[in-house]
Amino acid sequence: MEAFTTHTGRAVPLRRSNVDTDQIIPAHWLKKVTRDGFEDGLFEAWRKDADFVLNRPERQGATVLVAGSDFGTGSSREHAVWALQNFGFKTVISSRFADIFRGNSLKNGLLTVVLEQKVVDALWELSEADPNAEITVDLHTRQVRAEGITADFELDENARWRLLNGLDDISLTLQNEADIAAYEAARPAHKPRTIDA
Amino acid sequence: MGRTLAEKVWDDHVVRRAEGEPDLLFIDLHLLHEVTSPQAFDGLRQAGRPVRRLDLTIATEDHNTPTLDIDKPIADPVSRAQLETLRKNCADFGVRLHPLGDVEQGVVHVVGPQLGLTQPGTTVVCGDSHTSTHGAFGALAFGIGTSQVEHVLATQTLPLARPKTMAITVDGELPEDVTAKDLILAIITRIGTGGGQGYILEYRGSAIEKLSMEARMTICNMSIEAGARAGMIAPDETTFAYLEGRDRAPRGEEWDAAVAYWKTLRSDDDAVFDAEVVIDATELAPFVTWGTNPGQGAPLSAHVPDPASYEDASERNAAEKALEYMGLTAGQPLREINVDTVFVGSCTNGRIEDLRNAAAILDGRKVANGVRMLVVPGSVRVALQAVSEGLDKVFTEAGAEWRHAGCSMCLGMNPDQLAPGERSASTSNRNFEGRQGKGGRTHLVSPQVAAATAVLGHLASPADLSDTRTPAGVR
Repeated sequence: MEAFTTHTGRAVPLRRSNVDTDQIIPAHWLKKVTRDGFEDGLFEAWRKDADFVLNRPERQGATVLVAGSDFGTGSSREHAVWALQNFGFKTVISSRFADIFRGNSLKNGLLTVVLEQKVVDALWELSEADPNAEITVDLHTRQVRAEGITADFELDENARWRLLNGLDDISLTLQNEADIAAYEAARPAHKPRTIDA
Repeated sequence: MGRTLAEKVWDDHVVRRAEGEPDLLFIDLHLLHEVTSPQAFDGLRQAGRPVRRLDLTIATEDHNTPTLDIDKPIADPVSRAQLETLRKNCADFGVRLHPLGDVEQGVVHVVGPQLGLTQPGTTVVCGDSHTSTHGAFGALAFGIGTSQVEHVLATQTLPLARPKTMAITVDGELPEDVTAKDLILAIITRIGTGGGQGYILEYRGSAIEKLSMEARMTICNMSIEAGARAGMIAPDETTFAYLEGRDRAPRGEEWDAAVAYWKTLRSDDDAVFDAEVVIDATELAPFVTWGTNPGQGAPLSAHVPDPASYEDASERNAAEKALEYMGLTAGQPLREINVDTVFVGSCTNGRIEDLRNAAAILDGRKVANGVRMLVVPGSVRVALQAVSEGLDKVFTEAGAEWRHAGCSMCLGMNPDQLAPGERSASTSNRNFEGRQGKGGRTHLVSPQVAAATAVLGHLASPADLSDTRTPAGVR
C-alpha cells in the first residue's frame, strides 16, 4: 500500500449526499480483473453532463474530493476506491462514510477524512469561490487546513500508523501465526466445512 | 453485565486481542464469486501465498452469468473472461467451485444457506455487501472489499474494530399482505441509509420470531441498505429445523453439540445495546420506494413526497434530484405509477418462498399488456424445486419469463437490464441511479407487490386485485 503522510491539492466540491458506489463506478466496469484502468468509469453517468463539476476546466488536476454525507454507500466493490485513485484523488472529505467503503479506502492509502458538515460547507464555499484554493490534509497532525479553515479529524491510532508507513495488513497478520494456529486447533468439530477433510 | 448476541459471536472468534489494535477475528466461512476475487488471487500469486483454509472456502458464479442460453458460450467477452478467471483461480489454488451449469450454482447468498454451510455462531464473509443475509442464522456475516478477500484467503482472519450494537425490536403481528420485505423497507426509511453505520443490528421481538428462515434472510440481507455491515437474528427452533439434514450441517453427536452451543446464542436479558429502535408491526403496510436510495420509501397508499416538505437541506436536495431522475411529480399517488418491467429474484427475494408468494398471486391471472416480467430463481436448487411444484408453469402461463439462476437484473452485469427511462418494480435491494441499467428507474417492492404490479401494470398490492383472476377451469 502507498503511504499517506500529508497532501496538499485543489478540491472538487461534490454537493451530493448518498453518493453510492454504483455512481462512483457502475457495475459494468466491475468485469475488469485488474486494479487499474478504472479512471474513465469514475462517476461515468454524471460525467455525461458537461456541467458536472468534475468536467469543468478549473477542476482538472484536483486531488481532494469534498463530498456530501454518506459517501460510498452500497456495494462492497473496492473498485470504487481504485477508480478514485486511478483518476488522481488522494483523499476524500465527507461528514459520514459508509463502513465498507471507508475500510476499503484505508487499505489502499486513499485517506477518507470525516469532518463536521459545517466544515464541509466551508470547504465547498471556499473551493467554489476560488477553484485554485488549496486544501492540506495532514495525517501527522490529523488536521485539515485551508484558507480561513483549520479542522482536526479523528482516525484511530492503529489505522493512522499503518497509513503513515504504508504497511501491508497481511504481513502484519502473519506475524501472529502462532495465535492463528492455536485458535484453529481449538475450534469445535461441529463447525462447517466446504469439503471433506 | 450480560452480552448481546453479536458480542458473544465476536468474542468466540477473537484470535488475538491487544491494547490499541483491532481484534484479529477468525473467519469460519469465506464465500467467493467472480467479481471481487480476481485481484485478490493475483495478490496471492505475487506474494507466493496459498489459500490457508480450502475447507472453509467455496466459490460460485452469479453476478455475470446469463439467464438465457446457458448451454452456449457467454456472448459478452468481458463477462466470459471474468468467469474464466475465477475457474482458473479456483483450479490453480484448489478452491471448491460451482460454475454455471452446476446443480449447486446460484447467487452466493442463496447457495451458502441451502448447502447448510451458514450456521449459527459462525463468522461469514464474502466480497459482497449482501453477505449480511447470513446473519439470519445468528451468524456474524458481513461484506468485505477485495483487499480483505485476499487477507482472508491468506490468513483466514481479519483485523477488525469492534462495532457498536443496535437492537431493532419488532413486536406485534404483521398485517395480511405485509411481508418481511415491507418490514425491512420500512425500517430503512425509518433509520435512514446511514442509520446503521458503525453498528451490528439485531432484529428481535415477536414479529421477527414468527418469520420463516427465508423471510429472516430477506430482513438481514438489507441491513447494509440501512448502513450496517451486519444484521443478526438469534437462532431458534425455526433455524435448527431449517438446517437439520442439509448437506453440510453437522450430524449425530456433532449435531447435538452444535445445537447445545447454538441455544446459548441469544442476547442476555441484561445485555445493553448502544442504540435501540422499536417498531410496531401492526402499523405496517405494503411498502415501496419512490427515490434513488433505499431510504426513500413510503407505504404504497401514500403519495410521492414534496421535496419542499423536508426541513434538512441535504434531504431536500436529494429528494429533488431523485424525483427528477425517477420522472415523478410531488403529490402523485404511488399506486398510479406505471411500470414497464417487473423483476422477481436476487439475494433479497429469489428463494423458493418468494417464488411461491409471487406465483400464488399470478395463478390464473395475466401479466398486463406491455409489461415484461422476469422471474429469476436465486439458485439452480431453487429453480428445480419451483419446477417440481409447477411454479414455472404458473409464471409462463401468466406471460412472465422463467429464467436461469443468477443475480441478473438486480445489478445488470449480465444482459438483463432496463433500457434508459424504463421503469421497474423489482424485488431486489437497490434503487440507485442506473443500478438496473443506464437511465433505468427502480422501485423496490416485495414479491407479492411485484406480482400484483405485473397484473395491473402499475404499483399495486394483492388487495388491489379483487376480480382479475380467471375462474378456475377457464384458463
